[in-house]
Amino acid sequence: MDRKQCCVKLSVQPSRGLMDEKFIVLVQNVWPGFQLTVHALHQCEDGHSWEAFGHYAADATGTVNVSEDPSLGGTYSGVEPMGLLWSLRPVPGSKPGLRMRKMNVQTPMEVTISVYQGHQTEGFVDQVPLAGVLVERWYMAPGVRRIPITEGGLTATLFLPPGPGPFPGLLDLWGGGGKLVEYRASLLASHGIASLALDYLTPKITIETRKMVGIEYFETAYRVLQQHPQVFSSRIAMLGLSFGTSITLKMAAYSEVVKLRCAVCVSGSHVQPVDGSVEQILGYFHKNSGKTRFSDENEAIWRDLLLPIPTDSSLKVDVGRLQCPLLLVVGEDDQNWPAYESAMDMKEMMERAGNSHLLTILSYPNAGHLIEPPYTPHARSSFFRTVNAREKMMALWGGETVAHSRAQEDAWRKTLVFLRENLF
Amino acid sequence: MSQAALPILSVFPSRALVDEKFKVLVENLPPGCPVTIHSLHHSEDQDYWEAYGHYISDDRGKVSVSDDLSFGGTYTGKEPMGLLWSMRPVLGSRKGLRLRKMNVCTPMLMDISVYSRHDGFRDQAPLASVLIERWYMAPGVRRIDIRERGVRGTLFIPPGPGPFPGLLDMWGGGGGLLEYRSALLASHGYVSLALEYFSPGQLQTADLEFNYFETAFNIVKDHPQVMPHRVGIFGLSLGSIVTMALAVESRIVRPRCCVCISGNHCFPPGRTLAGITGEVDMNYDKVRVDENNYHIWRDVGLAIMKEPSSKLDMGKINCPILLVNGHDDQNWPTVESAEDIAEMMRAAGKEHLLTRLEYPDTGHLIEPPFSPHFRATNFIVNLTKEKVIMLWGGQTKPHSDAQEDSWRRILTFLQQHLYCSPSPKARL
Repeated sequence: MDRKQCCVKLSVQPSRGLMDEKFIVLVQNVWPGFQLTVHALHQCEDGHSWEAFGHYAADATGTVNVSEDPSLGGTYSGVEPMGLLWSLRPVPGSKPGLRMRKMNVQTPMEVTISVYQGHQTEGFVDQVPLAGVLVERWYMAPGVRRIPITEGGLTATLFLPPGPGPFPGLLDLWGGGGKLVEYRASLLASHGIASLALDYLTPKITIETRKMVGIEYFETAYRVLQQHPQVFSSRIAMLGLSFGTSITLKMAAYSEVVKLRCAVCVSGSHVQPVDGSVEQILGYFHKNSGKTRFSDENEAIWRDLLLPIPTDSSLKVDVGRLQCPLLLVVGEDDQNWPAYESAMDMKEMMERAGNSHLLTILSYPNAGHLIEPPYTPHARSSFFRTVNAREKMMALWGGETVAHSRAQEDAWRKTLVFLRENLF
Repeated sequence: MSQAALPILSVFPSRALVDEKFKVLVENLPPGCPVTIHSLHHSEDQDYWEAYGHYISDDRGKVSVSDDLSFGGTYTGKEPMGLLWSMRPVLGSRKGLRLRKMNVCTPMLMDISVYSRHDGFRDQAPLASVLIERWYMAPGVRRIDIRERGVRGTLFIPPGPGPFPGLLDMWGGGGGLLEYRSALLASHGYVSLALEYFSPGQLQTADLEFNYFETAFNIVKDHPQVMPHRVGIFGLSLGSIVTMALAVESRIVRPRCCVCISGNHCFPPGRTLAGITGEVDMNYDKVRVDENNYHIWRDVGLAIMKEPSSKLDMGKINCPILLVNGHDDQNWPTVESAEDIAEMMRAAGKEHLLTRLEYPDTGHLIEPPFSPHFRATNFIVNLTKEKVIMLWGGQTKPHSDAQEDSWRRILTFLQQHLYCSPSPKARL
């Protein structure tokens, strides 16, 4: 068929969306029953290219609607409105162990969506597509303000929603890899919550003094948020993933200063030496590193380091003391932390203490450790270095892509509902 | 106090093209609570434009602008986009303002806020506020300055490999280079050339041979990413006259289709564009003013139309043409002109090529949807160089409905004639 004669129309609505918003990809003006491939291409910040694609057949009106029609094959199949994003994978020939994370949230993620003739699986870059559009995916809504925070020795970034406020606040903690990761906080600010992304493992003060931060660091972060003129001081939450959960539970249960309205703990555990500093808690995990197993592909499995869940109460945060609602999000295929087992133990502790009405558990079969905001690729394993380790290793996070992606979508939606219920 | 719910305001999408609808939602209000939803825009000209609607939350504390009625403000009733099309300059602004985006590479920013109460809502800070972006350019659209073969304009190219259908896009008697409609058309898949053909107030002296427009058309046609047999012409007001003249008189260009908004067929054959103004000048005594001293030019047009030699022979047209006009056009008798065009085409057996859209209470400036309605704005008269306020006509609500409806139909018309259909569509 002469390509010049048939002008395929491709549209993506919205063409500029937030990272957690759905889009509708529509192909029109092809022959009825025409076989085509819808393809997504993204070059991430570190220069690697990622692609995804689905195979479709146009209906009787010569249309393909990715939100309604099934993909017959490709990197995803079935009716998957957002499959072009969550099934993105490094293009053939890429380095192994990649993970996609946007570090600069002030620019959008740009994805080129194209339509190719026929059901193709490779060589996209060598062909001219029938049509192509550019889509922007943003971690920051218009008007969200990004404010670097250095007061009190903190290394942090505050994201304020647009408007006069006051806004509820949130402390956002990532895990053992350290660094200042902003994208979840900026996305939460896009939902009306003043969010502080906190670097607590590799902050400037630790780089300079070679000492890990103490508990006061988190209490300072809480105070900075609390005292901000546009933050509602009595409506502050904390959200932690992985090691961030350890800190969150510690603060929620024991801190005299930090009074949380609610807490969200993703893929983490309450197992830690109860009176330990950050350094000591990390030391406790390291002590058990002999329990590391390796998969057939030589990926490190660290979930056993905290198993079995201790019965010794000095080795678990006493969640029976919690006075605020707690949402636990866990993947049942988490190979990095025993998040599911920890959640079950926490449930039991809270039932015994009589505060289990505060607890909600979201447990996802076949989801792994890295339960992140939706529509970014699932990394079943990637190169990773904990702050106190010497080298990068391939860490097995776990999870099966389709189930994990569904879990991310569901967990994020329910996290936003939980935060809205408790903070607004 | 710490138990009071915080109102939540959201607009989806927060970044959109200017012709896309949005949903404005307020949640977490007390039930039955009177609120005002307000939009504010600070224009490139440093003026402030605003709109607002008075609402009452339902029993679940929600207000949905798409579903609920506004009880008053700058618009009433169920109006999902009223916060945009009913915008007007704030109290104390200069007179005769018109809102037009000149830099299309950046979005229009609007603050959408929710306030307590109806009367006196401005007395307190808003309960919540968000910022939205409205874009004329979709991501990936390329903007290229054109200064070639004596032609001045800006070319917009859609993202993707192409090839694409093309459009020559012309505005009216105000002159200058307006890019926004072309940018929007490129966002819909057309390579579009926004043409500058005279500077504001300089129509008399502009060196405008017919050939200028033919060259401009060919620049689009010859572009490597344009399908040469699928180039149309889009005009408004004076631009429509040029459009029709090219379609009827040109031996060089063959547009695939034409869209003419608020236009007429008064273009004496063989004469240059500047010669048109000669006709206007001769009948300038027919200009009336209303009680506000606004200029009404429609009688000038009626006088010109009485002269058969002033008119293009529309029976010679050979391509589909869409005429979009308003019944309350005070600037030019466009509906009468459309009647006359229809008769000429009927007599020549070309009626099947004509589509007419005529809207009640709609004025001259029929623009892409959701932009505010301008009933009368500042204008420099080419003949006298005076600054007057020109009455364009139209009432805000019907005019805005016309903009929304006509744009949708224009895009369908362009799609039908410039993007091929590979097979007859099955209709259920």
